[in-house]
Amino acid sequence: MLLEIKNLHARIAGNEILKGINLKVNAGEVHAIMGPNGSGKSTLASVLAGREEFEVTQGEIIYNDKNLLELSPEDRAREGVFLAFQYPVEIPGVSNTNLLKTAVNEIRKYRGEQELDAMEFLTLLREKSKLVELDQKFLSRSVNEGFSGGEKKRNEIFQMAVLNPTLAVLDETDSGLDIDALRIVANGVNKLKRKDNATIVVTHYQRLLNYIVPDFVHVLYQGKIAKSGGKELALELEEKGYDWIKNGKAEVVNA
Amino acid sequence: MSTTETQKIEELTNKEYKFGFVTDIETDSLPKGLNEDTIRQLSAKKNEPEWMTERRLKAFRHWLTMEEPKWSNVTFPPVDYQDISYYSAPKNKPKYNSLDEVDPELLETYKKLGISLEEQKALAGVAVDAVFDSVSVATTFKEKLNELGIIFCSMSEAIREHPELIQKYLNSVVPITDNYYAALNSAVFSDGSFAYVPKGVRCPMELSTYFRINAANTGQFERTLIVADEGAYVSYLEGCTAPMRDENQLHAAVVELVAFDNATIKYSTVQNWYPGDKDGKGGIYNFVTKRGACRGVNSKISWTQVETGSAITWKYPSCILQGDNSIGEFYSVAVTNNMQQADTGTKMIHIGKNTRSTIVSKGISAGKSQNSYRGLVKITKKAENARNFSQCDSLLLGDKCGAHTFPYLEIKNSTAQVEHEATTSKIGEDQIFYLNQRGISTEDAISLIVNGYCKEVFKELPMEFAVEAQKLLSISLEGSVG
Ligand SMILES: Nc1ncnc2c1ncn2[C@@H]1O[C@H](COP(=O)(O)OP(=O)(O)O)[C@@H](O)[C@H]1O
Ligand SMILES: [Mg+2]
Repeated sequence: MLLEIKNLHARIAGNEILKGINLKVNAGEVHAIMGPNGSGKSTLASVLAGREEFEVTQGEIIYNDKNLLELSPEDRAREGVFLAFQYPVEIPGVSNTNLLKTAVNEIRKYRGEQELDAMEFLTLLREKSKLVELDQKFLSRSVNEGFSGGEKKRNEIFQMAVLNPTLAVLDETDSGLDIDALRIVANGVNKLKRKDNATIVVTHYQRLLNYIVPDFVHVLYQGKIAKSGGKELALELEEKGYDWIKNGKAEVVNA
Repeated sequence: MSTTETQKIEELTNKEYKFGFVTDIETDSLPKGLNEDTIRQLSAKKNEPEWMTERRLKAFRHWLTMEEPKWSNVTFPPVDYQDISYYSAPKNKPKYNSLDEVDPELLETYKKLGISLEEQKALAGVAVDAVFDSVSVATTFKEKLNELGIIFCSMSEAIREHPELIQKYLNSVVPITDNYYAALNSAVFSDGSFAYVPKGVRCPMELSTYFRINAANTGQFERTLIVADEGAYVSYLEGCTAPMRDENQLHAAVVELVAFDNATIKYSTVQNWYPGDKDGKGGIYNFVTKRGACRGVNSKISWTQVETGSAITWKYPSCILQGDNSIGEFYSVAVTNNMQQADTGTKMIHIGKNTRSTIVSKGISAGKSQNSYRGLVKITKKAENARNFSQCDSLLLGDKCGAHTFPYLEIKNSTAQVEHEATTSKIGEDQIFYLNQRGISTEDAISLIVNGYCKEVFKELPMEFAVEAQKLLSISLEGSVG
């Protein structure tokens, strides 16, 4: 198993946001996490990536037989965890190329691999930018600075392509994308899919899942996974709305 | 900032100044104190001609009538000018033919600083006039420069060997009466560098001087004069580090640049004097007057500085744009950390027609430091079609430091075009986390962000200096952030 989250509780500013998450992800799988705004999807993504503001109060996360919670955010990344941020930040003065060169070489160093030379690196960048149909001019621009919402999201997937993660978490990568961009991004993600990696797609629209077809769909509600199922669960949700879960939940509680 | 980040900042801040050590060389010093007698003795020790002694005395008498400026945004205990020794020279006076003759202890000092003369000599295209304390001890590449008619020597030597040039140009840009510290410097300056590039000559190498303060309690008063005659070009590098001291040391240098028709002077500084310990104890007071006069048409003076050191910095490299079409530039990175205070910026005085100036100032504040930009753009009445562009950015690391911007504009000609942009940003936790998430450590993340932020200034530095500047920045911020 690639990832196992057991009874995960996390809080921020004194509020418990995640209230006992359980999730198993095998290599080769695509999982979709859906849920209404504020249900804790981004919190879960942040905890996986190691954001320190979120305090884990209970539970554990096993990733590749390692205790993920013990690793620093950079070491998690070096171990192959990638987060495509819901709101990618702008870093003025640091070019995309410079960021990726530093990142790729830090990751390679950590793994005991030789650093890429300038030529190898540029070849890698060119190849990967084609994958997400990203114009070369974005390579020399400052990270996300002045990018449109859609360009930022596409840039996240480009970085993902370059860093080649084992576990990718895409947090609402579809929001802000028009239909063409959505197709390009989904295409990129699909092409990066291998037997030995896995993707967790966080979204609250079913739309993206037409393009990235999940093996499993989980509905997060009030910090817990309220329902899990196959890809048809997404369609059902789309049709009935989240109220269905909320009501369903109420029924469970009443029962 | 999160607690771990704050911890990391503090941990790194506590790293000690890497260049803090004291060389144990016997020095020949004047006793502490300042009066006409000390000035006469100083002048005599330096075998100066009478006219020089008189100039010093004139400056001293004027200085006595002046008061220390109080307007800058820095605070420090009053300086006791009687508690300073105004002359200190290594014993066994200079004039070495080869490095073998130089005090090995001194060479060792340079080695520790990574600027050994051997290394420097080997460095293609860099002539080094190393100033150790107050007296030059070695000069290289002299012959090559001689062939082109370029004069590059210590100020003491210039006063003896080229009195006509010194009499003509010294204090021609910064008058004796200019300001408190400049007057003091004019009275007591110890040594420094002089460069003269004759008509039509392009100086083929970067002229470089390393300054160093060594003897305890010795005020250091450098004096630099660079003259580029018509059509000449010269690039001058100034860099320095100082050993650790317990008491504050005053440094009040004066630099004057003169550029005639079609001449260009590029003056680059990497300054890393001891900033004091983390409580602010012991650092250098750096009160400098740097000014360039673009006397001729199409002349250009460009100041580039990377300031990471000193407890207190008070410094405004300026350009007087007299010649029509002349150009003034100021590119600056000023880093303050711990208890450091910096009040720095520039003055661009437009006098000629079609004069242009560019100001790019990047302040970086960390720890509990205070970093102020103070800049004046003055367009005089006759300066038709003058243009200025100013960009003043401040970057804050942590939330205990301060950044301040004081732009002054005096525009007396309506054809002027003046643009001013200012930004203040903070290295955000979310930026650091973003980079962490890409596999980059917090320290590397900060260095990436800071170097990106300073890019526009670094690209103005000569290559080898740019590398040094980046290193220096990492060293001083290694100390400070993330
Ligand atoms: N930095 C924060 N400080 C305080 N509350 C937060 C913070 N981040 C998220 N929350 C709260 O946690 C809850 C879940 O947010 P989030 O994980 O972003 O939800 P989702 O991604 O599912 O929309 C929300 O109630 C939100 O207000
Ligand atoms: Mg979210």
